[in-house]
Amino acid sequence: MLETEFTPIASLLGGALIGLSAVILMASHGKVAGISGIVSRILPPVVDTKGMPQGLTFISGLLLVPPLWFAVFGQAPVTAISSNIMLLGVAGILVGFGSVLGNGCTSGHGVCGISRLSGRSMIATVTFMVFGVVTVFILRHLVGG
Amino acid sequence: MRFLTTLFAGLLFGTGLILSGMANPKKVQNFLDIFGSWDPSLAFVMGGAILVTAPGFWLVQKRTSPFFHDVFQLPARNDIDARLVTGAAIFGVGWGLGGLCPGPAVTSLLFFTPGVLIFVPAMLVGMILAKFIALPSRKIVNA
Repeated sequence: MLETEFTPIASLLGGALIGLSAVILMASHGKVAGISGIVSRILPPVVDTKGMPQGLTFISGLLLVPPLWFAVFGQAPVTAISSNIMLLGVAGILVGFGSVLGNGCTSGHGVCGISRLSGRSMIATVTFMVFGVVTVFILRHLVGG
Repeated sequence: MRFLTTLFAGLLFGTGLILSGMANPKKVQNFLDIFGSWDPSLAFVMGGAILVTAPGFWLVQKRTSPFFHDVFQLPARNDIDARLVTGAAIFGVGWGLGGLCPGPAVTSLLFFTPGVLIFVPAMLVGMILAKFIALPSRKIVNA
């Protein structure tokens, strides 16, 4: 079964929380909430030691979600991910590489950048959407899933 | 206080990602599968986020500075270069293949799904590789 349930309310609400978080980060620290940037800045070869404490704090906030989710709901949310280790490894490398090369991912470009009406972010968002659609088309309809 | 605010922002962000379905790779791939089992839900995630962020950013930036810093540190570039488009394209291929992007991947680490535990280290390797390659021509590293 390839179908997933259409969840406009939960998705809209989740999106609003993401947006609220981005506004809080902008209001408090004057920074864009881009996850690939926050994560990659604390990685070698050039580590942003000055921004590291705040970066690690934000990441800690993300990491706290699963234990809290368990505490509240008693179970992990339903997800389905490929069991192909090679595919996931390649996907991970491409996502990490591409987001750093392109200066952003779904959060930095897709949410914050578009909200700032950044031309770069709009181009980036359209580009990764189109390539995502083409990739899934090839994966599911040409190669066969 | 500034750390508590950041921690809270991370918590909100992560909760939003899980609630919205962005951390479910099958849902992401269905969003991208417009010629197959299309699930438009994730358009609502971006919509919901931008509905809050666009007016929120506008309002916040009416202040002269953020609460805990002297200045807003906004990305200043507006040139469209090959690196931006190539990076976004590579990112898109990886996003389509795995159904995960950095935020949801990091957030769902402690659900201990085997696939995520493979994806995240690979993603970090990809980031380090890109930083090595981008290094010589990147002037502002801590932007």
